[in-house]
Amino acid sequence: MFVSYKWLSEYVDIADQTPEELAEKITRAGIEVEGVELPASEMKGIVVGYVKTREQHPNADKLSKCLVDIGEEEPVQIICGAKNVDAGQYVAVAKTGAVLPGNFKIKRAKLRGEESNGMICSLSELGIESRLNPKEYAEGIFNFPTDVTPGEDALAALNRDDAILELSLTPNRSDALSMIGVAYEVAAILGRDVTLPEPSPAEADEQAANAVSIRIDAPEDNPVYVARVVKNVKIGPSPLWMQTLLMNAGIRPHNNVVDITNYVLMEYGQPLHAFDLDRVQTGEIVVRRAEQGEKFTTLDDAERTLSADQLVITNGQEPIALAGVMGGANSEVHEGTVNVLIESAYFDGQTVRTASKAHGLRSEASARFEKGVDPSRIEAACDRAAELMADLADGRVLSGRVTAGEYNPEPKRVSITLDRLNMRLGTDLQMGDVQDIFSRLKFKTEVNGDEITVTVPTRRGDITIPEDLTEEVARLYGYDHIPLTLPEGESLPGGLSPYQHGRRIVRRYLEGAGFTQAVTYSLTSEKRAVQFALEVRQPVALAMPMSEERAYLRESLLPHLVEAAAYNSARQTSSVALYETGSIYLNEGENVQPKEEERVSGIVTGLWQEHLWQGEKKAADFFAVKGVIEGLAARLGLMERLSFQKAAPEGFHPGRTASVLLDGQPVGVIGQLHPALAKEADLKEAYLFELKLDALLHAERKNLGYTPIPRFPSISRDIALVVDSTAEAALLEGIIKEAGGPLLMKVHLFDVYEGDKMEEGKKSVAFALTYMNPEKTLTDEEVTAVHEKVLAALKEKADADLRA
Amino acid sequence: MEEQLKGLQEEAVMKAAAAQDLKELNDIRVAYLGKKGPVTEVLKGMGKLSAEERPKMGALVNVVREAITKAIETKQASLESEAIQKQLAEEAIDVTLPGRPVKAGGPHPLTRITEEIEDLFIGMGYTVAEGPEVEQDYYNFEALNLPKGHPARDMQDTFYITPELLLRTHTSPVQVRTMLKHAGKGPVKIICPGKVYRRDSDDATHSHQFNQIEGLVVGENIRMSDLKGTLDVFAKKMFGEDREIRLRPSFFPFTEPSVEVDVSCMCGGKGCSICKGTGWIEVLGAGMVHPNVLEMAGFDSSVYSGFAFGMGQERIAMLKYGIDDIRHFYTNDLRFLQQFSVHE
Ligand SMILES: [Zn+2]
Repeated sequence: MFVSYKWLSEYVDIADQTPEELAEKITRAGIEVEGVELPASEMKGIVVGYVKTREQHPNADKLSKCLVDIGEEEPVQIICGAKNVDAGQYVAVAKTGAVLPGNFKIKRAKLRGEESNGMICSLSELGIESRLNPKEYAEGIFNFPTDVTPGEDALAALNRDDAILELSLTPNRSDALSMIGVAYEVAAILGRDVTLPEPSPAEADEQAANAVSIRIDAPEDNPVYVARVVKNVKIGPSPLWMQTLLMNAGIRPHNNVVDITNYVLMEYGQPLHAFDLDRVQTGEIVVRRAEQGEKFTTLDDAERTLSADQLVITNGQEPIALAGVMGGANSEVHEGTVNVLIESAYFDGQTVRTASKAHGLRSEASARFEKGVDPSRIEAACDRAAELMADLADGRVLSGRVTAGEYNPEPKRVSITLDRLNMRLGTDLQMGDVQDIFSRLKFKTEVNGDEITVTVPTRRGDITIPEDLTEEVARLYGYDHIPLTLPEGESLPGGLSPYQHGRRIVRRYLEGAGFTQAVTYSLTSEKRAVQFALEVRQPVALAMPMSEERAYLRESLLPHLVEAAAYNSARQTSSVALYETGSIYLNEGENVQPKEEERVSGIVTGLWQEHLWQGEKKAADFFAVKGVIEGLAARLGLMERLSFQKAAPEGFHPGRTASVLLDGQPVGVIGQLHPALAKEADLKEAYLFELKLDALLHAERKNLGYTPIPRFPSISRDIALVVDSTAEAALLEGIIKEAGGPLLMKVHLFDVYEGDKMEEGKKSVAFALTYMNPEKTLTDEEVTAVHEKVLAALKEKADADLRA
Repeated sequence: MEEQLKGLQEEAVMKAAAAQDLKELNDIRVAYLGKKGPVTEVLKGMGKLSAEERPKMGALVNVVREAITKAIETKQASLESEAIQKQLAEEAIDVTLPGRPVKAGGPHPLTRITEEIEDLFIGMGYTVAEGPEVEQDYYNFEALNLPKGHPARDMQDTFYITPELLLRTHTSPVQVRTMLKHAGKGPVKIICPGKVYRRDSDDATHSHQFNQIEGLVVGENIRMSDLKGTLDVFAKKMFGEDREIRLRPSFFPFTEPSVEVDVSCMCGGKGCSICKGTGWIEVLGAGMVHPNVLEMAGFDSSVYSGFAFGMGQERIAMLKYGIDDIRHFYTNDLRFLQQFSVHE
């Protein structure tokens, strides 16, 4: 909403407030002023000029040579490129030395050999957007009406010396969608009166009711419809003051009749529509729901197909307007219009919203109906328009309004006790303070003991409950005056849940292990949604995605981590270690919330260790990442319960991938990104992991307890085994542990050898076995007995021989 | 004999002092003090002396022995020290060469901000509540006083999955779910961090995915002044002790009254590009919980009142670290991320 300072000052005394001061006060009281525009501040030296003569420039087809009276002793010669310049016009002239918006300075110049002392300006050169210029001047220079004098300040004549406040309105404050509404707000802030127009059009004898009849067939959508008839209007431009104020309010001037309806719309917030009464033909207005599929051409010449949830104004036969949204081409006011019907009505907000959405037509009018107009202004606005049409278009206003229906909702009465008001705000206000605030708002109040009852005018439909009164008091009393306190009463121990705490431990651990945390998007493409997923389901799809790339919810964090690694790698950061914790989403069926599970995932590519001057350099590999996972399990007390099993899920290297199991249940995957996919992403060898964070953190674990430090020495025995090269270390370790029994405290794999010294198809695997008895010192004999059992078991179950 | 001893002492002391290394010194020790050495020889000849002279000569021999021993020990200490010095000199390294790197990553800046805010409110007695990102329309809108068709729904353009399911547009549904769990009994004191989504085109200031932290306190006598005091503590701890807050009336369907909360700018009110010359930076939305929201969540609004506030971690991170483009948070460029690995 653009509010002209000059226009506003017709309703409330703001002479002692600079536009900036006013803006700050309005903002602090609750309506944000996004900006204050002072158009004249970036211009100077612009005066009214009178074009005495115009002739063709001798050396240029498209230029005119004009002699212009600018109120100085001698007229000046100005070369002008506008097509519409002509002798006898009053124009805006930027004199030599003038400045136009954008710090554009006007200098004396020679154009194709002819001297030019200034510039004749178009409205857009004076800072008015061309979409707001009256159509006839949009392509060329502007012509003043005749009531100006050469040499006078053109900016003042064009109301460019105004200040324009841009209000950003929240949906509850539609009352400020009008000059009068803003005036009430400003009056409350400054504690002043509001001066309202009191329209009383001079009426002719002829009765309006004889010229038109109105019937409402859809009273729920349209409780009241008021009309006036103005005959014998002379269509022409509206006066300059009205055109310029409309432009300052962001509305393009058309002709006097249309401008008047827009002017009253801005003044009262009541949308009006002017029909050419003769083109209505039947002298009848019938308001009804549209028929399904009914065709109608709006005044923008677009043919619309209507549906039964939309409301139309008809002449009893066919639609002449889409109610509250746009008029029809068939009844539009045009140059030849003589008799006008002014419509002022209340249309249901939801109905208007449905139609404006369906046709993509949002207008100043529809926006106001959607939010609910003030029913108490319907008649006044209609009268005001009629009065202005009499004054500015020479119209003859017929006697009386023609009204169908009735809509006079009772003003709401809302009560609150002083005690509750103070308790909610933490203030110590007296009843007098509260009454004063409501009287500034022009709300009537009654006080009954501790309780105040407020009668809320219909213009403030947003106030319905006691808390709304609290807000009015708080904002006008000033939030700065509310004290700083902290909640009293029962104090609670704050903290993280064990899960949230665990998640932080996982993050810190991975960061300590060299991973940097990434955050990627949850929305992805259909293909990526299921890529690498531990559990694949039909991915959850958005109903109306903005792009194919962000159309589905992810089932794995890995696709975007691969993308992030590729992004870095393409920017000369070839060693990457990224991790992410975040949700994945598993479809549970139509209209059921998906199952959200939290994952922790990572990617490593490039060098894992690097210490160049000492020649140490180690590329990331499977075991680097596995070590990190094992360390994480150890940190979470799950080391003994975690195992790895060869696996070949899609997207991973089939020989270098394992599923991760917790207590035998799959909780994740770790492996090399499939080389084909790595190539696609322009990555070198990359290793990935993805774990079910919730499974890890929710796993039951033992309470921490102290185990006495062993008092007796342990005995170590190393064994080097010759086994099939396909034998898995975990299998051998399992056999050793089972056979070793309680005395075997630790098994540690320390060497794997496969090569020349080994028989084809065999490898050597070496373990260090540590035996201990926590109760007493072990004897060599006891150890040997167990150790023999271990070796026998290895031979039996894995055909493992001791290496010679 | 006496002269012979003195001569030996002088000779041995001189040789010890001139010794080049420990071996030579040891040879000197063996030569003079050993079983076959001259001093021992002198002792052996003492039998020929008179009973009177014997003790006198014995004492003299001891003096000579000690003198020689001391000379050798002194020299030995000095030779050993030289040897160590020499070894240390050989072992010297260039301490300015780079160290062996320990790989260290770090948290994402949004996590840093989130955890910092979490910890700050945990210190004030809040617990951290989380909830689903795919929500029912009811929890995201209706239970927050935003019935279907409410014009204020346009304030938050929403990604719908079905007409009843959507990506949450704020973390407020977590507040609703938490209040429902409390079954009408206060106090409730939570903060709700998490990802939220809006149907926005990604550019320097908009992101279709971003983060929010909301706070909610419901109790028997919660006042607007408590909200103001709480946010004042937050602003000072988060941005600096000299910061102040300012409340401006605003509108949210789920709070009444509603306010926007500005924090004073680090320029100290002089005006700069960050605060666009106003001296204030908009950081939070807040208000007193709307009675409809309390009632729908099972709280008696004549007994209970509450306040709620919400802020975006991206915005706070951008202000705190001077980040100019919101897309940086989701590009995961290590040159960006690694700037936030440092402990502040
Ligand atoms: Zn500043």
